[in-house]
Formats: sequence, structure tokens, C-alpha cells
Amino acid sequence: MDPIFLVEAAINGILLGGVLALLALGLNLIFGVLDIVWIAYVDLVMLCMYAIYFFNVSFGWPIWAAGIVSLALGAFLGIAVHVLIISPILTSAPINQLLATGGLLFFLQSAATFLWTTDHKTVRLSLPSYEIAGIFLPATRIIPFAISILAVIALYVFLTRTYIGTAIRAVSQDREAMSLMGASPQRIYLVTSAVGGLMAGLAGALLIFQYSVHPFFGGQFGPLTFMICVLGGLGNMVGAFIASFIMSEIISIGGVVITTEMGYVIAFVIFIVMMFVRPGGILAKRE
Amino acid sequence: MLELGQVTAGYGHFTALWDVSLRVAEGEAVAVVGPNGAGKTTLLRVISGLIVPRSGHIAFEGAALAGHPAHDIVTHGIAHVPEGRRLFPGLTVADNLKMGAFVPSARARYRERLERVYTLFPVLAERQKQRAGSMSGGEQQMLAIGRALMSCPKIILLDEPSLGLAPVMVLRVFDLIRRVREEGYTILVVEQNVRQVLKLVDRAYLLEVGRIKMEGRAAELAEQDFVRKAYMGV
Repeated sequence: MDPIFLVEAAINGILLGGVLALLALGLNLIFGVLDIVWIAYVDLVMLCMYAIYFFNVSFGWPIWAAGIVSLALGAFLGIAVHVLIISPILTSAPINQLLATGGLLFFLQSAATFLWTTDHKTVRLSLPSYEIAGIFLPATRIIPFAISILAVIALYVFLTRTYIGTAIRAVSQDREAMSLMGASPQRIYLVTSAVGGLMAGLAGALLIFQYSVHPFFGGQFGPLTFMICVLGGLGNMVGAFIASFIMSEIISIGGVVITTEMGYVIAFVIFIVMMFVRPGGILAKRE
Repeated sequence: MLELGQVTAGYGHFTALWDVSLRVAEGEAVAVVGPNGAGKTTLLRVISGLIVPRSGHIAFEGAALAGHPAHDIVTHGIAHVPEGRRLFPGLTVADNLKMGAFVPSARARYRERLERVYTLFPVLAERQKQRAGSMSGGEQQMLAIGRALMSCPKIILLDEPSLGLAPVMVLRVFDLIRRVREEGYTILVVEQNVRQVLKLVDRAYLLEVGRIKMEGRAAELAEQDFVRKAYMGV
């Protein structure tokens, strides 16, 4: 095989990794603070993608305006999930919280199927493609990647420079001590959920560049996102960021060398092996 | 300044404090001493709002605080240095101090407060970028006290500041608390190290199985025969 295909696949892997990182960091942020995995996280992304589709295709809004709707909807959904589902069962057993967000997943999938049928809906964007040294780089991948990286940097600045961002990190280490500092845990949870939702909205706005939306979109990216979080070490933001690129490279290169499906198979197998070798995530220190 | 009247509190069916009354005047340093399990930690947790008292009243500068959540009580000027320090181990020293200034009124004076804490504990200024969890026990205790000072408190509640420290570090920490005192802060300290703490404070209460057994000037209490025998090992 022409090595240029491998280089192209590696570059595509990096480009995919940016958006995956956004999903993984959003899910991980919420887990780090609330100790709950939002199983339905990517299904919120799915709703945001539908919002873009309807605002852009049906109502004729420009894509950037539809994107802003998606961000707002994401943040709103994040708050709604926390207030309506998580908050009432915050003190109950973790398995119940997992089941509740799992229930939300089925509800959202079914509701989307009922409302919008199982048709794949695509937002058509006429964007150029660039060819550099025989490597084919479509803007539909470069733009989402660039925006993802900017968003990850923005998240980093938010979590390290601002009071509320630092408090979010602090709460995940010691909830009670943070309340002694004057931060209402409920407020921190709400902000975290809103930021996590906002990231889902952004991920939706970027995924619509390359993927069509359908009610089971969550099944396409949900398990992958969760695996990335586990591979990076649940709650570990740096680990999740690195793991996003590891997984996207495996999928992308494996997809070119064998087939797209095999790319996922290899990624899942490597994930299972890693769970035996490094159960605490790639950055975990060995005991 | 701080007044507790007949406070009863506990966890679930267990009652840790029975009808505890206590007062701390402005500028005073007061100790609560007693054996393990006497309810000393519970007492501080009730004051800072981590536990809601079952009955009784808590007043600080005339405001009734019983039943207020912890994050609200700190805005009144009560800073609690909890048992075991409870730093944010993964955060840097500087970020821990920043969290100490989380309340809006303290945020506005962040720079000034930070300078003051660094003057008081120069070692914290040297270790700004270090992760809190990687420091020694004594340094962590300094950081915990420094973090409490960041909130512009009027009173500081110290829970077992000498716990888990090497003997030489215990003396240093008491020395530091003395310096914090000299800065004009009101202090309520809970300690098992009775001998050291009685040298530090003006007055002391003796707490036993959830009840105040005795109170008095620190010097007088130190002279009491049974306190000497039971708690100071002399």
C-alpha cells in the first residue's frame, strides 16, 4: 500500500481525535465532580445535532447561528439533566444514578425516533478541500479540529485560571472542604453540568460537519467516548485528552489498513487489553 | 462574639454533644480540650455548619447561624481548619490559597491577603507551584491555616492542628498559631495536646462525652489536679 495513505490516515486520526477529546473531556468533567457517568451524554449531542439540522436546513439560519443554538441547547440540557434527573437521586446508590441516565438514553433515542423517524439527516456544507503533498485535507475535518482544540484550551484556562473553574477541580478532590471555602456544592454541580452540556452542544455542532444525525447517533460515539474516559483514567482530564488521540489513531489507521469496522474492532480489543495492563488508565501510576 | 447555647447535635441516632454552651469574646483565644471521642470535632463542625444542630442556638456577632449551610457561614467570617487539614491535594499551594479566598468579599482583597499569608508563612511563598499533597505534614498544616486566613475571617476554628505531626513540628505549629493570634485573630482551638494548647490560650473548656465538664482561665485549668493527671500525664 502507498505509504501516503497511512500518513493521510494518521492525519485524519488526529483530526478526529480533536472532536473525540471534546466529548471525552465533557463526560469526564462531569464524572470528576459528580462521580456519575452520564450514559446519555452523546444522546444530548444527538439532540443538539438535530437542532442544528432544523435551524439550518428547515429554518434557513446560517450555520454559525445554528451552531450557537446548539451550544445554548447543550448548556440547557446539561442543567436540565442535573436538575431533573441527577439532583433528586444525588445521595442514592451510584448504580441507580447510572441506571437513571441509562433510562434517559432510551427515552431520548425513542423520542427522537418517534418525532423525527430513523432517517439520517445531513447538513450539506459546501466547503473546500485542500491537497498538500498528495494528502487530501477536507475543511469539514480541519475546521472542527481547530475549533475543538481552541475549546480544549478555553476549558483548560477556565479550569485553571478562574475561581469557579479551580473550585470545580477542588470539589472533585474534597467536596466538604470546598463548602467550608464558601462554595455551595449545588452551585458547583450546576455550573459543571452546564459546562459539560455546553461541550456536548459544541461537539454536536462540529460532528454535523462530517456525520449525519439519526436517533441512534449516541450508539455510534457513546461507547467510544466512555472507553476513552476509562482508558485515560476516569476523571483524569489529561489522560482523556491523550486517550482520545490514541483511540482515533487506531480507528483511523486500522480503518485504512484493514476496513473501517476492523478499525473499531482493533480499538476495542486494545481497550480490553489495556484494562488488564493498566486498569487505572494510561496515566495511572503503577502500584 | 461567638456564642453557643445548649447545643445538642449528633449523627443519626448517635448524640455527640449534649447541651453545650460556650462563648468566645472578640480577640480571645479559647481552647476546647478533652479525650478522644469527647465531641470536640463535632463541636467545630456544628459551628461551621457541616452538621445541623438538633437543638440550641448559635450566634455570631448577633446573627443566628444554627441551620445555615457551611458555605453561607464562612461568609460571616468564620473560617474552619478541619481535622486532618483537608487540603486539595492535587491542587498547587497557590490554588489552595486561591480557594481560601472563594467568598466574594475575600476575592476582592485576594492580592493583599495573599501577601499577608506569605509574610506569615514564607515557606508557602517558596512552594507556590508545588502540589499540596506532596508537602510535609507541618507544611500542610501551615497551608491549611493560611487557606483559612485567605477568607478574611474574624474567627478561626482549628481542629487538632498538631494531629499527626512530629513532636518538633508540633511545637512549630503552636508557635505559628501564636503568631496568627498576635495578628489579632480570634481563635477557637480544639486539641488533645492539652499541655501545649493551655500555654497558648486565654481560656479553656473541658469536654467529656459530649458535655462541658469544666471551664476556666487556661492557667487555672492547667493547675487543676485531675486535668494534670488525666490529660497532661504529669
